[in-house]
Amino acid sequence: MDVGQLQRRFLDYTASLFREGFLDDQFNQLQQLQDESNPDFVVEIVSLFFQDSEKLLNNLTRALDQQSVDYKRVDAHVHQLKGSSSSIGAYRVKNVCIAFRSYCEEQNIQGCLRCLHQVKHEYSLVKNKLETLLRLEQQILAAGGSIPLMV
Amino acid sequence: MGLATEAQFHVLAVDDSIIDRKLIERLLKTSSYQVDSGSKALEFLGLQEEDERNPNLPSVSPNHHQEMEVNLIITDYCMPGMTGYDLLKKIKESSSLKDIPVVIMSSENVPSRISRCLEEGAEEFFLKPVQLSDVNRLRPHLLKDHLMFPVFRGHPPSHYSVSWSSSVNMKPSQTPPDEMPGTSSSGGSYS
Repeated sequence: MDVGQLQRRFLDYTASLFREGFLDDQFNQLQQLQDESNPDFVVEIVSLFFQDSEKLLNNLTRALDQQSVDYKRVDAHVHQLKGSSSSIGAYRVKNVCIAFRSYCEEQNIQGCLRCLHQVKHEYSLVKNKLETLLRLEQQILAAGGSIPLMV
Repeated sequence: MGLATEAQFHVLAVDDSIIDRKLIERLLKTSSYQVDSGSKALEFLGLQEEDERNPNLPSVSPNHHQEMEVNLIITDYCMPGMTGYDLLKKIKESSSLKDIPVVIMSSENVPSRISRCLEEGAEEFFLKPVQLSDVNRLRPHLLKDHLMFPVFRGHPPSHYSVSWSSSVNMKPSQTPPDEMPGTSSSGGSYS
């Protein structure tokens, strides 16, 4: 596949992720912050997001598995996940976190467990898609092209 | 007002989120020190009590912050332990640190929170996720203080509307009056 085809594929894929709500404009902002002096910025920040999210999801699973659930603690973790997903542009993950926080406030265990399940699902989807996207970027760069920006 | 070179300025970024610290580091494009809590920030600035010092951080003498020269502190509002507001208060209460501009960031748009921070002396309040346009709004103000008035430690509080051209004409010998009439309610605007 030549560079032009790879770039078109990248743009089409990115467009679909925006259309389906996996990513929002914040992700565009991150792409724009990547340049010759910061060529790995997106990969680096996305990797941090993966590491941090996995830790938070583990913490959430443990916190909701307690005999007596500490909802303040659960909410603190969800707040963190909401913040980081918002900073990355992981729109659907962020939205589940918003609902999740309401259930924490209500101390609704069933609602919280449903949200935990949902947020894990959305996270694994967006992780998969971001990995695919970043792979496409690498292919473009390896073929000597530059990453086209969504404007 | 072309400035041929930008002097380095050093920022202390305080945020418990590693993702947001990464983002701020990239947005600021300048040397930044990063800590993940208000208490570590205070320790870094030399404000921490001897016995409260974190054994894992290199020890800093009370005057160490002067050598490090922090020109701006940018802090998250919601952090476990000390909030950004608490940190702001402590900085403004310190005679040695009160002139360092402090910017507060928050993911939550709570008007009372914003006005409280601005009233306490925060330079600006950024809603997260922080954008390049937010940071760019900040830089002319910092460069003005840092480069043009090296001995001028004070600056007009942010709730006075100061246009860029009039501040450029300000002479170093001019000290701003303590009370100025007609303060506007829009904090942190440089019109």
